[in-house]
Amino acid sequence: MSRFRTEAGGRVKRDKVLSFTFDGVAYQGLTGDTLASALLANGVHLVGRSFKYHRPRGIVTAGPEDQNALITLRRDAARETPNLRATQVELYQGLEAESQNRWPSLKFDVNAINGLASSLFVSGFYYKTFMWPRSFWKNVYEPRIRAAAGLGKAPAKADPDRYTSRYVHCDVLVIGAGPAGLTAALAAKEAGATVILADEGAEFGGSLLGDAVTTIEGKSTDAWMSDVVMNLAMSDKVRMLARTTAFGYFADNFVALVERVTDHLAAPSDALPRERLWQVRAKQVILATGALERPLVFPENDRPGIMMAEAGRSFLNRYGVKVGLRAVVFTATDSAYRAAIDLKQAGVDIQLIADLRARPPADVVDEALACGLTVRAASTLCGTQGGLRVSAAEVGEVNGDLTIGRKEVVDCDVVLMSGGWTPNINLHSQSRGRLIYNETTQNFLPGAPGYDNVSIGACKGTYDLSATMNEGYAAGEAAARASGRKGGMKKGFSSLGGLAMGGGHLGVVPHDRDPGRVKAFVDFQHDVTAKDIKLATREGFQSIEHVKRFTTTGMATDQGKTSNMNALAIAAKAIGKAIPEVGLTTFRLPYTPTTFGNFAGTARGDLFDPIRKTPMHDWAAAQGAPFENVALWKRAWYFPKAGEDMHAAVNRECKTVRTTVGMFDASTLGKIEVVGPDAAEFMNRMYVNPWTKLEIGRCRYGIMCRDDGFVYDDGVVGRMAADRFHVTTTTGGAPRVMNLMEDYLQTEFTDLKVFLTSTTEQWAVIAVQGPKAREVLAPLVEGIDIGKDAMPHMSVREGRICGVPTRLFRISFTGELGFEVNVPADYGQGVLDAIWREVREAGGCAYGTEAMHVLRAEKGYIIVGQDTDGTLTPDEAGVGWAVGKAKADFLGKRGLMRPDLTGPSRKQLIGLLTVDPKRVPDEGAQLVASAAPAKGSHALGHVTSAYWSENLGRSIAMAQLENGRARLGETVYITSLTGAAFPAVVADPIFYDKAGARIDV
Amino acid sequence: MLLVTCPYCGPRPEIEFRQAGEAHIARPAITCSDDEWADFLYMRDNHKGYMRERWRHVAGCGRFFNVVRHTVTDKFVASYKVGEEKPAIPAEAAAGPRVEIVR
Ligand SMILES: [Zn+2]
Repeated sequence: MSRFRTEAGGRVKRDKVLSFTFDGVAYQGLTGDTLASALLANGVHLVGRSFKYHRPRGIVTAGPEDQNALITLRRDAARETPNLRATQVELYQGLEAESQNRWPSLKFDVNAINGLASSLFVSGFYYKTFMWPRSFWKNVYEPRIRAAAGLGKAPAKADPDRYTSRYVHCDVLVIGAGPAGLTAALAAKEAGATVILADEGAEFGGSLLGDAVTTIEGKSTDAWMSDVVMNLAMSDKVRMLARTTAFGYFADNFVALVERVTDHLAAPSDALPRERLWQVRAKQVILATGALERPLVFPENDRPGIMMAEAGRSFLNRYGVKVGLRAVVFTATDSAYRAAIDLKQAGVDIQLIADLRARPPADVVDEALACGLTVRAASTLCGTQGGLRVSAAEVGEVNGDLTIGRKEVVDCDVVLMSGGWTPNINLHSQSRGRLIYNETTQNFLPGAPGYDNVSIGACKGTYDLSATMNEGYAAGEAAARASGRKGGMKKGFSSLGGLAMGGGHLGVVPHDRDPGRVKAFVDFQHDVTAKDIKLATREGFQSIEHVKRFTTTGMATDQGKTSNMNALAIAAKAIGKAIPEVGLTTFRLPYTPTTFGNFAGTARGDLFDPIRKTPMHDWAAAQGAPFENVALWKRAWYFPKAGEDMHAAVNRECKTVRTTVGMFDASTLGKIEVVGPDAAEFMNRMYVNPWTKLEIGRCRYGIMCRDDGFVYDDGVVGRMAADRFHVTTTTGGAPRVMNLMEDYLQTEFTDLKVFLTSTTEQWAVIAVQGPKAREVLAPLVEGIDIGKDAMPHMSVREGRICGVPTRLFRISFTGELGFEVNVPADYGQGVLDAIWREVREAGGCAYGTEAMHVLRAEKGYIIVGQDTDGTLTPDEAGVGWAVGKAKADFLGKRGLMRPDLTGPSRKQLIGLLTVDPKRVPDEGAQLVASAAPAKGSHALGHVTSAYWSENLGRSIAMAQLENGRARLGETVYITSLTGAAFPAVVADPIFYDKAGARIDV
Repeated sequence: MLLVTCPYCGPRPEIEFRQAGEAHIARPAITCSDDEWADFLYMRDNHKGYMRERWRHVAGCGRFFNVVRHTVTDKFVASYKVGEEKPAIPAEAAAGPRVEIVR
């Protein structure tokens, strides 16, 4: 066993030895170790390099707040996780870890030269240094900065692990399972509440896990904790979540927890997710998140081997690891004395305790002296020595005027520091709780909470152990009562020997070094020193939020857990304001870095976004059709035959529809059933058209505006009965049309008796279009006379097709004789098969959305959302004839009376025929008055639709053009992305069969 | 995630709802002036503090209803059906210092 491992004690299993590697070197540790404790047991302190100067950095804490001990864990090529804190990584057999931010090796890093040139790297250096020349930014500076910066590497392969999510409700959520959290959970449970107890550690107990001397209720902490944890675990009302971090506190007590399910296992089962996201809605939340020990800001305080005093004690008592053999303790608090005593009793040579305070409490000092320790009051560290590990500390006497008196260099291999305790108010602050600043203890404490929560124990500034447990129990009882449980119990706890946590110091300690040159680090990970913060204030940054962004202090992966208070104190002093006046930066989620997998959960790959398929989707796929996305729908785009490209297929489909017949899946059209005694009046008010006189069995092309008078949606509407309309909408517009209808029905037209049902997915719709459409359907339809006179254009009939009930529409979006067969969705494929047989027999084809677009454009039929854009009135879109001018009111009637909707600057939809018939304009291209318009000229409009028309043997286009209808026959120019603007003649947008003779057959 | 109370269904998570703008904007008669119509179409209040808003329980009962919500704290203090009497707007709590100081 290594000389850094104690003979006995701690919570590690000494008979269960584990092998692991760090940067390829093999080491051994014990079951129960973290990666940090196992490395320290092997005498390894150097674990990483800092962000900016690439300075060697060691393990500083024993917990998740560590800024330095960031490593990459590797299971295989796809399972590489960067930026894990070695202090949180549980050791398993075969673990492979690597240090980060170093090249070529941790011990020799080329970029450490940054440290020698550090005068260039002052705060704000990115903003200042790389500004000139401008052209260098993209190609020279940025790639180099990116290569040098960044912590760790993202894995190059897709994450093979599973991440799951659960929603749960509970009466009381307790966050943190130290002495406060355990007693709170106990009380809530005894009061009959449903409880969730979450702790980020592998074991419950918090600070008690590193405590060997304290007794509670006459028992050892170990025995007391085991009893309480067992008691809670036996209850079916308590859910205990270890390895679970509460990382986000959202409105109304919605708290997000991430449970790390398999990261600690050597060979995780495939049945387990890697992480589980718990989304908890709690009636009451109890925050028992403890306090974090602060570093002291002294010159060269960043050498490996310099760490928090309580971390040294925790490594000893919990893991049986001596963090060094010869220690100097530098403190401003009482708690470090306990660390010194514990380490001395374990055989570590404590050179001296240097206490920054002139008069440390006598009882604390006396206890240390009785244990044979040397204590020097009014002492500071003016610097440290050593390369990859601290080798000596320069201890100096602090005179009354804060100058430095006698100095002495003391050999050591570890410095244990303690600058005081910062209550961990992160979640309280996230929950929008107010803050209190205690001037005596120089701490921010939780004030009035933002939601139903309460902070207890050290996170509230209560440090005495018995008081903490009493507070916990009372809070648990009160929370249970507030959530509707009985409660009423009282209990007091007695403990002996808890940690004294008084004292503390904020900001730079007194020293005799040149403050303009020496590095006294505040934020270890981002290399922010005291002088960087002072520089920021000299440059005029007065708000701590600005100082933070300029210096990047507190912006590292730890979000300033250990550095914020020191940074704030230094800034406040430099600005000459009190700490609370400068203000604390806002705490943001996540509390600790959280994987993307946790947020993505199962929403990845095919499940990332829902897709909608028509009932005939698989048939189209089997025909070889590619699909295009329309809203969430997949729509068959075209149906290529062997050897055909898209262009050839679309040309053939367009020709076939106009010469024989084509079949098209129109199921994605939105469909709304409008029913009720006032259905016609409702339609009158929602659509610009009049509906009262529409006969049963007839259809009308409806235009919907919003109250602003602009076209919002369109579609054919069939009247099925006096009180029933079958309304169709655009594919993408269906949800918003339904929402708008509901809005007016529920809040504006409350006098109308109507109900609305979305039937989009209930109907499969097969359009049959072309001269032979009637011939195709005739053998299949039962009970409907589809003859020319019996069933004219724009009519709808109910009957059967292939034995299936149908609403058969005679309508056309192609300009040819056409029908749309609506059948219940489940029969869609069967009916399509029958129609498809007839279509092929008739020499027809299936066509997709591209041919549909071309065919409708040949007829000048608009597509709302493509040819209109929310700025065209019905008249401007060429459908002004639809407006029922005699109606008293409808959506858009008042809007259309606005004076700004008239005049020559308004655009109108027109057709364009390019002078070169082979040239197809770009959709979206601007229209200009001349081939080479002067820079800054005014665009007259833009192309909305443009296609090659095989039927016409030329290109066709539609466009919005200022005063367009008055310009018929004029030439305008269409801009191009590839060359000069080219001419086109303004034309009527109906390019084919202007008289409409083909439809009426 | 906010907990929104639908007056028809009870408290439900925010994802079931869609906010639908300021409440109690009356649609003027067709004879109104252009300015009144412009106000109706485009002018909305957006102040810091309590607002009466419309919400729709879009993934639930589908009903539009009204709430009183604080635009800074996101706190809902009332929800009520269309046509019901407007609940009073609570008094705004005094802002107080950002950080209270104790010794
Ligand atoms: Zn509802």
